[in-house]
Amino acid sequence: MTGAAPAARHRELGLTDSEYEGIGERLGREPNALELAVFSLMWSEHCAYKHSKKLLRLLPTEGPHLLMGPGENAGVVDAGDGLAVAFKVESHNHPSAVEPFQGAATGVGGILRDIFAVGARPIAVLDSLRFGELDSARSRYLFEGAVKGIGHYGNSIGVPTVGGEVMFEQAYEQNCLVNAMCVGLARQEDLIRSAAAGVGNQLVLLGARTGRDGIGGASVLASAELSEEDASKRPSVQIGDPFEESRLVECCLELLERGLLRSLQDLGAAGLSSSSSEMASKGGVGLDIDVSRVPLREGDMEPFEIMISESQERMLCVVEPARLADVLDLCARWEVRATPIGEVTDTRHLRVFDGDELVGDMPVEALVDDCPLYDLDPVEPDGPVYDNPQARLPRGGSAEDTLLALLGSPNIASKRYVFEQYDSIVGSRTVRRPGTADAAVLVLAGDGGRGALAVSIDGNGRRVACDPYTGAVEAVLECARNLACVGAEPLGLTNCLNFGNPEKPHIAWQLTRAVEGLRDACLALGVPVVGGNVSLYNEGGGGPIYPTPIVGMVGKLPHPERAPGAGFTDEGHAVALLGPFSPSLEGSELEKLRGRLAGGLPQLDLPAQAAALEAVRDAVRSGSLASAHDVGEGGLACALAECCIEGGLGARIQLSAVDEEALFGEGPGGVVVSGPRAVVEALPGAVGIGEVGGDVLEIGGAAAVPVARLREVYEGAIPAALS
Amino acid sequence: MRFGVVRFPGSCDEVDALHACRRFAEAELLWHGDRDLTGIDAVVVPGGFSYGDYLRVGAIARFSPMMEAVIDFAESGGPVFGICNGFQVLCEAGLLPGALLPNDSLRFVCRQVEVIVEATDTPFTRTCQPGERLSIPVKHTTGRYFAPAGTLPEDQIVLRYAPGQNPNGAMDDIAGVCNAGRNVMGLMPHPEHAVDPLTGSADGGRLFESLAMVPA
Repeated sequence: MTGAAPAARHRELGLTDSEYEGIGERLGREPNALELAVFSLMWSEHCAYKHSKKLLRLLPTEGPHLLMGPGENAGVVDAGDGLAVAFKVESHNHPSAVEPFQGAATGVGGILRDIFAVGARPIAVLDSLRFGELDSARSRYLFEGAVKGIGHYGNSIGVPTVGGEVMFEQAYEQNCLVNAMCVGLARQEDLIRSAAAGVGNQLVLLGARTGRDGIGGASVLASAELSEEDASKRPSVQIGDPFEESRLVECCLELLERGLLRSLQDLGAAGLSSSSSEMASKGGVGLDIDVSRVPLREGDMEPFEIMISESQERMLCVVEPARLADVLDLCARWEVRATPIGEVTDTRHLRVFDGDELVGDMPVEALVDDCPLYDLDPVEPDGPVYDNPQARLPRGGSAEDTLLALLGSPNIASKRYVFEQYDSIVGSRTVRRPGTADAAVLVLAGDGGRGALAVSIDGNGRRVACDPYTGAVEAVLECARNLACVGAEPLGLTNCLNFGNPEKPHIAWQLTRAVEGLRDACLALGVPVVGGNVSLYNEGGGGPIYPTPIVGMVGKLPHPERAPGAGFTDEGHAVALLGPFSPSLEGSELEKLRGRLAGGLPQLDLPAQAAALEAVRDAVRSGSLASAHDVGEGGLACALAECCIEGGLGARIQLSAVDEEALFGEGPGGVVVSGPRAVVEALPGAVGIGEVGGDVLEIGGAAAVPVARLREVYEGAIPAALS
Repeated sequence: MRFGVVRFPGSCDEVDALHACRRFAEAELLWHGDRDLTGIDAVVVPGGFSYGDYLRVGAIARFSPMMEAVIDFAESGGPVFGICNGFQVLCEAGLLPGALLPNDSLRFVCRQVEVIVEATDTPFTRTCQPGERLSIPVKHTTGRYFAPAGTLPEDQIVLRYAPGQNPNGAMDDIAGVCNAGRNVMGLMPHPEHAVDPLTGSADGGRLFESLAMVPA
């Protein structure tokens, strides 16, 4: 082997001096340039979770429905009838902040590969997006580009995008968030793990050629703060080709269906280095890889570049020699490139050859398991971490004016501009489309299952910024409440923790408190965390992003035909509020519009919230409710307005109090339901608040606004902000 | 009666179309690299992004071996039904007049729309009433129908978007057309995604039902 790495190269690659020494100790010598490149990625925050791994051990990962937990490409839960549901959420924040279209597109491509890597057919995508305020040209550029990129990839590959959320806050101006979640479905017997096994078995690379795109993406983009020179990082953003991926999906699923593979793994961050060493680590084996056999897009690539390239649409599989010919034949039929590039060994080393020449030799354990893990040093900040948001709404307006201002705030306004750019129906499973119900509902009848899945993705970074613990609890509750509104019981949870630089004590505190909140909420609901992703160092020139844990859940419901929408359906139906709901203006959208960020959130009663979710679910499952809609941003008045707009009907509402707290206060637990009077009045704990009818939303003593006017403001806000 | 549904690399809606066909008759997938249409009574060219829609939508698929067979099948009078990308492929193949241009919004649009049945004397609409409204979703980026003056006789317009519901800026609200022989039809809406009230509407089933009446 030749060429020791130049001194201090490791710092440019993001390794500390002590990490560099640790690498030398494990190798018993100085690493060469290729080895250093591989280690720098494998020991990056993105691959090794070195600042979050200890904390993540707090999260409960056991549950009655669990089939595969954290550690595999995606978590998998039992959906009954022999079906398994795989799902995971992942971030592509920094690439999207540098180049939004490709960054978001490849975020979708990457999460799809995680799902079919466990043998599941991707059946749904959801996205959680955060940008700066829409009066910023940069935010509009990032928002429009990211939405187009998500649509481009998801639509082209034939996987519906069925849900998601978008919020706009100054704290994301420099560092937007693009989190993509994918849900897949498999017969349980078709699931596959990623552990490489069987000495002498062939390692086969599937899919696209390897190019220079995304070289060092994991360390350069994902594990350091963004800076002014990010345009120069554009070559570090991968380029997606959904056509390649669509053939790759079909090909991999058919290979698995025919039982031709021993194991399968996607190539994501750190490319071949990461996928091969993780397969070897899980299988307790070694791998020999000959980079000269890897099909290249550019002929003059160095071995280290081939090992760390993040070119998209590639998978790595282990095949028994006797089945290699069948594998290659099937790949040829799908026009998927398939190349044996190495084999499984008993060395427990990842050895890299360039033809006959050994160019790298690294113990697998050192790469995957030995990265030093750091303890966080959390310190609660003694003052505000964030500036107050810009004031956009003067105090003292009428309730009508306030209601319209909230409905026109991009965080609350209709996201039709977004979801109409996504194919939400391909696959013929979509019972509840975006914008029509609180969670997407996917029927399983065509897959040999009973009932349906419900999926939702939620989070509110501003509220987590006010109170990291309670804000994180609320994210879990909101997601579960969205599922309950269509009658679903959660099977499992995935999360993406989007935070600033964890080496800063106040960020470490936010992260620690938020994870504690997630833990407590998951325990209270009995929902296991089946996997997820951590995105740290989300800081632009203006400081850290709001701490943004994003929660995705998959649930099951028995009767999809009974899943209500969010909108009112019939004149004369009674309207009621289910609780416990104790609205407060702290952390609310209204306070944001008035230019104030609260320093805390009201405490909540977690057992009571968990019990309330069950009551909502039971009420919905009875099949007698006409609508159910969670009270979220903008409080009860906005929730009622949304029920009217979606249903095209007015309502006459009487509340016991019509102050701002009652109308626009936020907090967990509230659900607006409607249905025949006898049914609604019989619901335990329901508070009757009025009836559906007419074409005006009347809130007695406070407001009376024609539904047409509500709709105009609600539907018009985002298109107007973009034009 | 047996449907064949073409599967190109990059097709997205072929399995949904297959299941829609099977509600009314037998159906099978046809591989793009094959040419055999033995036993097939009607061909569906489905939606999606055949060959990635690279070069130009439908431009590459039109040259696949299966499309050569489908062109022969159409020219000898066999019914051919192109949905969305399939419509684009049939226009590229010269089996239908006109072309599909990028939506006037320049964005992908996925939306439930109503279309009006303008012609019922086709194998695709024979169970519909003239003027009947069908609720069927659209989802496309390149769906703005255009035909130069004089190339599309009025009686070849089979479906129009209901007033105010044109999602893409199509000429004269045209959503679907047929050829002069009335055995080839293309439409931008996706009837295969409107065959079950649970998932939105069953109105699209009328078109498959009509086709299934083709004498075996």
